[in-house]
Parts: sequence; C-alpha cells; structure tokens
Amino acid sequence: MATEQQLYTISIYTENNIGLLNRISAIFQRRRINIESLNISVSEIEGVSRFTILVNMTEVNVKKILGQIEKQVEVIKAYYHEDDETIFQESCLFKIKSDLLFEERQIQNIIKESNARIVTVNKAFFVLEKSGRRSEIELLHRELSVFGIMQFVRSARIAVTKDELKITKMLNAFKN
Amino acid sequence: METLTAKQKQYLEQPKVRISGSEAIVRCLLAEGVEVLYGYPGGAIMPVYDELYKYEGEINHVLTRHEQCAAHAAQGYARISGKVGVAMATSGPGATNLITGIADAQIDSTPIVCITGQVPSHLLGSDAFQETDIVGISTPVTKWNHQITKASQIPEIIARAFYLARSGRPGPVLIDITKDAQFEEFDFQYKKCTGVRSYVPVPELKKSTIVAAAEVINSAKKPMIVWGQGVILGKAEQELKAVIEKTGIPAAWTILGASAIPTSHPLNVGMVGMHGNYAPNVLTNECDVLIAIGMRFDDRVTGKLDEYATQAKIVHFEIDPSEIDKNVKSDVAVLGDAKDSLSKVLALLNTNSHPEWLQKFNDLYDIEYNKVIKNDLDPTSQGLTMGEVLKEINVQTKGEAAIVTDVGQHQMIACRYADFNVSKSNITSGGLGTMGFALPAAIGAKMAAPEREVVAIIGDGGYQMTIQELGTIFQNKVPVKIVVLNNEFLGMVRQWQQLFFDKRYASTEMVNPNFVAIAQGYYIEAKKVTERKDLASAVKEMIASDEPYFLEVCVEKENNVFPMVPSGASVSDIRLE
Ligand SMILES: Cc1ncc(C[n+]2csc(CCOP(=O)(O)OP(=O)(O)O)c2C)c(N)n1
Ligand SMILES: [Mg+2]
Repeated sequence: MATEQQLYTISIYTENNIGLLNRISAIFQRRRINIESLNISVSEIEGVSRFTILVNMTEVNVKKILGQIEKQVEVIKAYYHEDDETIFQESCLFKIKSDLLFEERQIQNIIKESNARIVTVNKAFFVLEKSGRRSEIELLHRELSVFGIMQFVRSARIAVTKDELKITKMLNAFKN
Repeated sequence: METLTAKQKQYLEQPKVRISGSEAIVRCLLAEGVEVLYGYPGGAIMPVYDELYKYEGEINHVLTRHEQCAAHAAQGYARISGKVGVAMATSGPGATNLITGIADAQIDSTPIVCITGQVPSHLLGSDAFQETDIVGISTPVTKWNHQITKASQIPEIIARAFYLARSGRPGPVLIDITKDAQFEEFDFQYKKCTGVRSYVPVPELKKSTIVAAAEVINSAKKPMIVWGQGVILGKAEQELKAVIEKTGIPAAWTILGASAIPTSHPLNVGMVGMHGNYAPNVLTNECDVLIAIGMRFDDRVTGKLDEYATQAKIVHFEIDPSEIDKNVKSDVAVLGDAKDSLSKVLALLNTNSHPEWLQKFNDLYDIEYNKVIKNDLDPTSQGLTMGEVLKEINVQTKGEAAIVTDVGQHQMIACRYADFNVSKSNITSGGLGTMGFALPAAIGAKMAAPEREVVAIIGDGGYQMTIQELGTIFQNKVPVKIVVLNNEFLGMVRQWQQLFFDKRYASTEMVNPNFVAIAQGYYIEAKKVTERKDLASAVKEMIASDEPYFLEVCVEKENNVFPMVPSGASVSDIRLE
C-alpha cells in the first residue's frame, strides 16, 4: 500500500450539528495533519451536511483517520478519494483596479481565454470569478499579478465522486 | 436486553406532565434506572440539586470532595456493574474538574454520563461568571457531548446520552445544561433511546470473517490468545472460556482484560505488556497465530511495534472498526460484538490441545518464578514487599475481592499477583494511568456492588492526590478497604530514574504525613504495619471489618517491578532484572 504522501479528498456526510466541526478537526490536529482545504455545505439530502477535506498524507494514515472520523456519533459515513475518482473544482475571486480593464488590452484577452467571469464592475474596481482546477487558477493568478491584484481569495476544493455513494439507502435502512 | 425495574417504569412513557427542566433531569435519571450519582453543587446547577433534595428518597446523590472524584466514582460504579455511572457538577471549575475522569473513561471505554450546569443561555460566550466552554473542552475526550439550552430538549438528549454511553464500545458522554433551561417549564415525557441514525453501535458480523478466522486458528501450531476489556464489556467471558478450552490455546490478558477468566485457569498464562509475565511477552514473538480479542494493541502492550509478533498471523476480534490495523495490521479482522463473534467461531473451531507449546509457557514461567516471583511473594530480605501484601490479601479474600488500584508500582504488582476468580474484579486506570483514581473509584465500586469485598490498593503518592475522599467514605459509610503500600517514593518514576537516569532521584522522594492519624481524623479505623510478623493479622482484621478500614503497609523503599519491557524495546527483550 502507498506509503508516500499524496493528495486525498475526504468526503464526510454528517448530521447538521454545532460542534461537529470541532470534533472532526480535532482528529486531524491530534495527528498533526495540516488540512489543505475544508468546505462544509449542505448535501443532496435534506438536513445532512457534507464536509470536503483536502489533505496530503499516506493512504495508510488516511484510512486510520477515516476510521476515527466515522466513529464519531454524528458522522453518517466518510470516504476518501484520489483525484481521478472525483470531479473537483475550486473557485476564486480577484479584485482589480477598473482602470486596468480599459487601459490594458491584454487583461481582456486573459479574461476571455481563461473563461473567467466578470462579476461586477464599478468606477474603482472590478471583480473576476474563476472556477476550475488549481493549476488553472494559479495560471490566471500569475498572469494577472503582472498588472497588480488588489485582493485575491480562493475557496476550498469541492468534489463529487464518479461512483454512487449510498447515503440515502443507508439512512432509509435506519428507518426500517 | 435491559430489564426495567418497577421504579424505572414509573417514569417511563408516562402521560405528559408540566414540570421544570431541573425536575425533568432527575426524572430522566430515574427512568434510566439511576439509583446513585456522584457530584458537587454550585450556582449553575443549583436548580437540579433542589430537585435532588425533593427526590431524596428515590435517588441518592453522593457528595464527593472534588469533582474529579465524582467522575472516578462513576467510573468505579460502571466498571464493577456494567451499568452507566453518573456524575454531576456545576459550570466552570466544577466542569473542568471532571475532565481527568472523563478522559480516563474515554480511553478505558467506560460508560459514564456527566451532567454539568452552564450559565444562562443569554450569557453564553460573554465570559460570564464561571462560564467555560465545557462542550469545546470535552470534545476530544468524550464519545459524545451536547449543550441543552431549552428544557424541551432535555428528555431526548438525556435518553440519547445514556444510550450512547452504554451501547457499542462504551464511553463517556457529557451533557451541559444552561441554567435557564433548568428553570423553564415544559410538558415532560420520557422515552428511552433505541438508536441514532448516524451511529452503528455494533458492526454487522460477517460470516466470511468468522470462517476465515476459524481456518487460521484451526491450522495453527503455536497459537496464542490475547484478550482485553472487550471481553468484559461484551459479557463474553463464558464464550472466551469455551473457545480456550475447546482449542487448548494458551490465553494471556491485557491489564484491562484481567479477571475475565480466573487466574487459576490452566490455560491462563498471565498478563502481557510492559510489566506483564515473561512467557506471554516472549512467546508473542514465537507464536504462529496471535488471536487478539477485544483489545487495541496499546503501546504498553506491544513494545516496539515493528518487532511485535511479525512472524505471526494476526486474527483480530473487535467491535470498533477504527481499531483494525490502527497499530498492528491484521490478517483476519472479525468485526462484531465479542459474545456473538466468539460463540459463532466456537462452532467452527476444532477440538485441540497444544501440550508442547503450553509447556513452553510453563518453562518460561518457572524462569520468571525463580528470578522474580519467588522474591516478590516469599521474600527473604528484611523489608516487606508489595507482592507479599497481595499474597496475603489473596489468602484472606479467597481471591473473591474486587481489586481497585491506582497507578505505579503497586498497580503493576497488584495486577500481576492478585487472584481474580470473578469477572469485573480489576478496576484500574489503564489507558490514562491516572494517579488518584483508586480511592474514588473504590467508592463507586463498593456502592454498586455492596455484596462484594472491595479492596483499594494505592501508592503513597497517588493516595495523596485524592485523599480528601476519606470524607466521602466517612459521611456515606462506604465500607471500602484501603491499603496504602508506602515506599516513601513515587516508586514507578523512581524505578525509571534508577534504571535509565543513573539514580538521579529528581522529585520522587516523599516525606509523608501520619497516614493513620489522617484516616482517624475522618473517624476511619486505621492501622500501620511495618514488620512481616504483623502483616497477616492486620490484613485479616481489615477484611473481617464491616466498616471502612485503612491499612498502611510500609514496604521496601527501593524495590523494582520486574519483568519489564523497557519503553521502545521489543516484547521479547523483556528484562527479568
Ligand atoms: C496524575 C498523574 N501524575 C503523574 C503521573 C506519573 N506517575 C506514574 S507512576 C507515578 C508514581 C506513583 O507513586 P505512588 O503513588 O507512590 O506509587 P508507587 O509507584 O510508589 O507504588 C507517577 C508520578 C501519573 N501517572 N498520574
Ligand atoms: Mg510510592
């Protein structure tokens, strides 16, 4: 089994409860694992939350962590995936001086080619949004840095799996 | 399945009544069959105490002298009875004082429910007087915790707390209740919790794993069993005994597994781990199949991991999936409840015996006996040994006592030498190693099992960590027997200093008070023994007493506990001297 570190996406279906974030992050903290990114949102099931956590670790350890996560009472089910098992995205926002949009021709080309979207424009600044793979976002960032970026923020990775996850079935089984 | 008492039924699924949150809490406890709880009052929990006063005839609240001891007493109660222990404390310092006991219960899988008062909900987060974020603080050391801010949540959450504490792999649950929720009135009705949809208490036993386990065990030439507390928690003592006897497999135990099979059983080959017996430690690295049952391969058991049983196939019976392959990689993992798994595998196991292999255990026992045990139990030196005190206790209690130990040399000696004829007789702080555990845990144990002899064996160091509980013992007339093995040292640490720090005894020597006078100050009968000739009669007198009794035995100051697997060494590099 792989003993080298690599990126894993962990998906956790949970009850929607105060304090669960604390409980789950404590598991990573105890083992001194740095969370690369973390996203919590609603899921496809009403009342069920979905954590998406990106970590860099060995497969042996990711399995151990998963066991300790699933053991938490309010965790319904946890999975880990390699990149090719999921469809994943990150999203980012750039805030840039509006003058540049009109003065620097090049910027308009960059925006077009990168499939970024202008969210808003006003006299002082405009905001650009881009969703995609990390590398695409990094490329865009490099290209725009040349002109000056007022603010930049990138979201956590979100991912859906190619395979079916049988959460609803699991929850229905409990009712019966 | 739990059987309900008539008293419990009085509070279960009755028509709705309008009562306060605090009264509801007491009624929830009664519905769960709680007869005694341990705690300490304070501002944020006062409404509940007011109700405990009103319900005095139905539920017994025992005032400990420190909240840590309320948690330990609840643990002792749970460990001897298998029932859920209950502790209660006020907010802030009351709640934080519980934490050591909660952490101890978490690592040793002990079912307790702790109820803490909290500042009124409108003050939460404002640094109010005696506000601490106890839910945040206790998160890493609880199986589950929850804060209640509305009275209407009380029945469902408390029902869930008891269900979670006791089901599956047991553990501590903390429920924090704001003061306004305690005052608030609502329509109360109690239903027991029977399941939580996100929680699987016992994984489904797979037939294929049972078949695979049986195959490996049946083909083994030199098999060995190591069982842990999972056997006791899973009430699987009879099933384990049947497996051992049918297959003739030598069986060893972890410290928390002690007493599941009587000490005298011919296939019981002793304790594994740092101060365990010589044979099972050495032969761990010679067996061809290691069958682990309800144990978690703690580092004190395995020693150096990459030299632990590497030659053996590992069969792991376990209820908690996260324990599989956590420390030791298994070849066959049987997930499920120990009772169920063992009874199913039993049917597939061949009747067998391993006389030559068992003889190896006996040969190594003889070596240990001559090098260590003989001198511990029948010393020729002038000073008393801890071992001979245990031997005398065995004689006087006929091995029927529940032995509650603290942490240190006396703990290892007690677990090594106590005779255990009855299950749930070894109550000790294993995973956390909490000094101060024994005295309060003994209170809980004796109250849960008044028919049993409960003997606490404590070091002079640990005793002084919770010595104030003599007050609880006196006030509640709890007839525990307290034995302090006084070596005037933090003995276990001193032993390490001697062996690994060139005898630099940094802060381990203790100038002790007059322990007998202290016990007498609490009106507890007390005696001190300094010479061998007085030991037997003193132990006899203690056991004969129907009241709390304190016995101090002054033992050799610088004796060491052997065998010993030095930390970081392989189990087969165990030292006899
Ligand atoms: C609360 C706590 N603090 C420190 C320790 C570290 N420790 C382990 S054993 C020990 C010495 C115990 O001394 P004593 O109670 O006299 O028992 P002895 O070893 O002498 O039998 C110490 C300090 C501990 N286990 N628990
Ligand atoms: Mg001592």
